[in-house]
Amino acid sequence: MVIVEDKESVHAPPQRKMSLARRETLWGLAFLSPWLFGLVVFTALPIVASLALSFTNFNIIHPESIKFIGLDNYARMWSELLNNGAVGSSLGVTARFALMSVPLLICLALGLALLLNQKLLAGKPVFRTLFFMPVQIPLVASTIVWQGFLNGSTGWLAQILHGLGLPSPDWFSDPAWALQGLVLLGIWGVGNMMLIFLAGLQGVPTELYEAVKVDGGGAWARFRHVTLPMISPVLFYNILISIIGVSQYFTQAYVIDPLGRGNPGGSTFFYNMNLYKEGWTYNNMGYASALAWLMMVIVVVAALVLFRTSARWVFYAGGER
Amino acid sequence: MTGTAMPLPSVAKKRSTRARTVRFGISKLGVTLFTASMAMIFLLPLGYMILTSVKDNNQITALNAPLWPATPEQYTAGDGQVYTVYQVTMTDGTVQDLALEKPGRVQSTFINPKDGTEVTWQGNWRALSSVWSFSIKWDNFTTVLDVLNFPLLLRNTLIVSVIGTIGAVSSATIVAFGFARFRIPGKDGLFLVLIMTIMLPFQVLLIPQYIAFRAVGWTGTWLPLIVPVFFANAYNVFLLRQYFLTLPRELDEAAQLDGASPLRILWSVIVPQAWPAIIAVSLFHFFFSWNDFFAPLIYLNSHPELATMTVGLQAFSATYASSGSGYLTQAASLFALIVPVMIFFVAQRVFMRGVVISGVEK
Repeated sequence: MVIVEDKESVHAPPQRKMSLARRETLWGLAFLSPWLFGLVVFTALPIVASLALSFTNFNIIHPESIKFIGLDNYARMWSELLNNGAVGSSLGVTARFALMSVPLLICLALGLALLLNQKLLAGKPVFRTLFFMPVQIPLVASTIVWQGFLNGSTGWLAQILHGLGLPSPDWFSDPAWALQGLVLLGIWGVGNMMLIFLAGLQGVPTELYEAVKVDGGGAWARFRHVTLPMISPVLFYNILISIIGVSQYFTQAYVIDPLGRGNPGGSTFFYNMNLYKEGWTYNNMGYASALAWLMMVIVVVAALVLFRTSARWVFYAGGER
Repeated sequence: MTGTAMPLPSVAKKRSTRARTVRFGISKLGVTLFTASMAMIFLLPLGYMILTSVKDNNQITALNAPLWPATPEQYTAGDGQVYTVYQVTMTDGTVQDLALEKPGRVQSTFINPKDGTEVTWQGNWRALSSVWSFSIKWDNFTTVLDVLNFPLLLRNTLIVSVIGTIGAVSSATIVAFGFARFRIPGKDGLFLVLIMTIMLPFQVLLIPQYIAFRAVGWTGTWLPLIVPVFFANAYNVFLLRQYFLTLPRELDEAAQLDGASPLRILWSVIVPQAWPAIIAVSLFHFFFSWNDFFAPLIYLNSHPELATMTVGLQAFSATYASSGSGYLTQAASLFALIVPVMIFFVAQRVFMRGVVISGVEK
């Protein structure tokens, strides 16, 4: 049966072969078409449209009075950046959050992954599940839980600290501590990165560790010269994902201050809170588009810098890719 | 001579291996206990939520209240009056549980609940702590069920997430099949575009999408949350394509020779082999739409009858969190997280494998 079919295809005239290749292409495109359609309608057109809108004063309540205003939106952003207006302060909050939260979460995720990869640990799957589980809790719910947990008088953390005779900040009511409170809350999201690190660790060949042992290296040498280089691609991926995550940070801050002002004292006024306020409270969709584009440019630049430096510290075991 | 000397090394060896096993066991216990205590600290806020959700406000704000849900013990006197019971240290050093009848700053009068006799006590009653008896306040859940309108939120969220999941999985499967199995000119370039769209910040797409959906009258409906999902999310396509590439081609080629159409191959050959990845993607989308906040916030604004769980919960918290009803918001959060957490525990293995496929296998 198979042989007969083979013979047929061998003796098929060249024209028919061409049409077979074309048929394959057409089928393939047909399968890609839902995505291609979505790419054009829900991605490409909106990107172009938001760029175009960013040069207008478009207000969704008065769409008829749309006017091309050149770089005015960008000039406003620039001045708000220089005099620490909404753009400057919200970028500051977002950057401060990133500097606290990204390194902490990366270290914590790596530490947990190393712990869960220990030969000496019993019940690994149970712990893996427990540490991952809070990732599945809707952010609105986990924010409310932490809001209560971190309450300065009735929350458990404050009560534990008081019990130990230590002072406790009133996290989400104190401008000096609210952002740190959000960093703590972020710990519940460590599971994703932890799993990815764990998979990276399990891919490190054990011969390499034995080689270090033969050379008389200790635990630190094994980590520094084998583990770290071998998991550097995963580390790279996790850093990239965290940066993108911070650039989209909104829900938790909005739950902390439903009025969207980033209270207490503007300390949680994230970049996207400003974008939401301009776009959906003031209906300034033109200006909000300019804000969105600035954030995209920042993320793209950060990603490019990361890619550029990666040649120096990311090691691909399979050679250059 | 040699006969007596011989066993010695082997005994020493045995002892050292035994010592090593014991040492290994102890370190194993140590590491496991350490990890367990880390996990406990990590999940402590969850314990706070569960216990607080069945407490009442008196207990939450009271000093010296116990950790478990409880209510101050009351004593009903013969005349029908109700008094709170306190722990009182008597002059002889014993501690008695007495009901406070006449509070005073220097001297208070108590009733001994056991025999109804009056006891006068010197000291400030405010320094006393009350006697707590275990009591779970189930009322919180009925209040939340009512005020949060949990059944409505659950129904709305289920409709949006189930229809969305069907759309996300079917479209991503179709597109991933196209990427994994067909020779298409320029496919590598298209795949690169696909990867790039994963990293695209959602903000740049949001405003024009919102304007367009508003122009066609879709704001105030679920359509903006559902329709775009039917056009293959890049992340899901990526994950499924990676998985399809690991499947042997021999089976599809055999089916092709038998005259099966590509659709038939996808349905009868690929899909049955790819269940783990397909379930992972379904769970991803289900959890995503259960968690999604920004899109429902802007599209369902001022339509509480259409609100999804997260938006409803946030509105509830905005009203109740500051008004001294923290226990109600905790009870509401418990409602909002119970479904996704249960589903996660049932399907955690497949789900976590999916996270790993998308993160590592590039």
